[in-house]
Amino acid sequence: MSAFLRRGDFWSGLALAVLGTYIVSEARGWIYMGEDGPGPGFFPLWYGGAMIVLSLLLVAGTVAKPGAAGRRTSRPELLRALLCWGAFVACVALMNVLGFALAYAMLTWFIVAVMARRPQRIALAVAVGGAILFYLLFDVALDVGLPRGIWF
Amino acid sequence: MELMAGLLHGFQVALTPAALMMCVVGVVLGTIIGVMPGLGPSATIAMLLPLTFKLEPTGAMIMLAGIYYGAKYGGSTTSILLNVPGESSSVVTCIDGYQMARKGRAGPALGMAAIASFIAGTFGVVALMLVAPPLARLSLAFSAPEYFALMVLGLAMVVLLAGESLTKALLAMFVGLWIATMGTDLFSATSRFTFDRVELLGGIDFIIVAIGVFAIGEVIGNMEAEKPAEMLPVPKGWRNLMPTWDDMKRCRFAFANGSVVGFLIGILPGAGSTIASFMSYGIEKGFSKHPEEFGHGAIEGVAAPEGANNAETGGALVPLLTLGIPGSGTTAILLAALILWGFKPGPLFIQASPQLFWGLVASMYIGNVLLLILNLPLVAVFAQLLRIPGYMMSSLILGVSIVGVYSVSSSMFHLWLLAAFGLLGYLMRKLDYPSAPLVLGLVLGDSMEKALRQSLMMSQGDISILFRPIPSVLLAFAALLLVVPLFKKFNAVRVQVIDKEA
Repeated sequence: MSAFLRRGDFWSGLALAVLGTYIVSEARGWIYMGEDGPGPGFFPLWYGGAMIVLSLLLVAGTVAKPGAAGRRTSRPELLRALLCWGAFVACVALMNVLGFALAYAMLTWFIVAVMARRPQRIALAVAVGGAILFYLLFDVALDVGLPRGIWF
Repeated sequence: MELMAGLLHGFQVALTPAALMMCVVGVVLGTIIGVMPGLGPSATIAMLLPLTFKLEPTGAMIMLAGIYYGAKYGGSTTSILLNVPGESSSVVTCIDGYQMARKGRAGPALGMAAIASFIAGTFGVVALMLVAPPLARLSLAFSAPEYFALMVLGLAMVVLLAGESLTKALLAMFVGLWIATMGTDLFSATSRFTFDRVELLGGIDFIIVAIGVFAIGEVIGNMEAEKPAEMLPVPKGWRNLMPTWDDMKRCRFAFANGSVVGFLIGILPGAGSTIASFMSYGIEKGFSKHPEEFGHGAIEGVAAPEGANNAETGGALVPLLTLGIPGSGTTAILLAALILWGFKPGPLFIQASPQLFWGLVASMYIGNVLLLILNLPLVAVFAQLLRIPGYMMSSLILGVSIVGVYSVSSSMFHLWLLAAFGLLGYLMRKLDYPSAPLVLGLVLGDSMEKALRQSLMMSQGDISILFRPIPSVLLAFAALLLVVPLFKKFNAVRVQVIDKEA
């Protein structure tokens, strides 16, 4: 595999070039300059175009010098971070069904027991205590609406 | 006379029990997040912003500002005791502060950090009070083309100093501009970049992006690995915290240096408190009679940078309040807060909202005194916060982020967006894309487009309106800033400054 294919700059540059192309193609469908002055397509067309140029420059620079700059991240570190994000996404997904308190307690348990590898009794105490604290502070005391599930 | 009347009015506002309470809450919270490594004021202010909507705006602003400058006081504690900066602006304090602590002088180092922060922080507030009103009057002559040029200059400066790669900083800014243009165009009622989602017709709320990129991104990043650090003992008792008279005499120049350099750097968009503290440290070392002591526990090496990063707050509020141009991620969030509460930071802000402006200034005097009191005798208490496990902080931040975003719109769709921006924030960190240009692009994008389109409407599409004297000078300077890194020699200096900040 070519060295530049392992670089985040290459892939992020490509992704941003695609985004820039999308912005320009959308902006071309809107008025660029009307009788009253610039239309809704004026500003996006300019920054979208600049985005395409810069992202392609980034890609070209990475292909030309694949070994330059940028630090490597170890795979286990990356996996841990993405696992945490996945847990957060799962928590949001479960909120519609379980409500904030239960979904948040599960997220907290996951962080303490799985990510931080603490004993179950600590994980459960932090999870239950945290959920109760949030419910009492925000829902009861501050009257800030929390996401509701099917049951509560 | 006008100044004194304004200040008196400000103290009448800031000394009410409610405002005082908000000030105390702000500075205590600020000190706590300053002490905790990995949790910055940007993330904290973004998370708490939605919860302030039910509060009275002056009190809420006093609290958020208290978090902003309080964090800078707290950051030194971790730098001195752990050799880990609690706040990015306290990184320079690690150099001599930690060495002092290792030599058994942690007390005077902590005491000097608090005293220098107090002196320079107060200088910053005095300078803010003196500079802001005349600058606001001067900027009354500005119209759409001048504002557009000023925003371009502000963004160019932020981009210049945001990251090693200028290309990546510009790309981050363009992503911010793209998010800012999402929703219904108010000039033509055209829906832009809404992906046929009704929820996106009003655009994406700034809070969602800020909390996602700063708070969620930070938590995900911190989850990569646990890095326990060994804390040096905190000295107990008032006497052990006070610097000696000789220490105070040695730091005379450092107090003045930190105050002036910090304030001036603060006014410049993009430079920020980290650069201010590095510059004042360099100046202090350059003018010192015993530069060889720097790096080995020179007390001036604590006083100058700690002073500078606190004076910077006053400087940073000058363009924010008088021109509506923020210079950093945190001030961008403060600008968004003001706009969300219905205020219009700019030339007329002081006249239109004297209660808020003068109340804020007066609260900063009070806040600095409170912080001095908090950071001297209570430093040992705050240091104990470092014993709170990281997993508890992480779940707390995630919970507050969810509640904060949900409280704004009660929309599950916005929680999905929060998760997406959290991932974006993490990936930006991993790939070295700076987040400040994205946030600034997002905050300024709407006003920038409006100013550009208004300018071209005024001139009926003639672009020469942007070449009137003031805009042409500002735009030429912005172009120069973006061209300079193309020259290797200048770019090396720029990268050196950014490396120090990183």
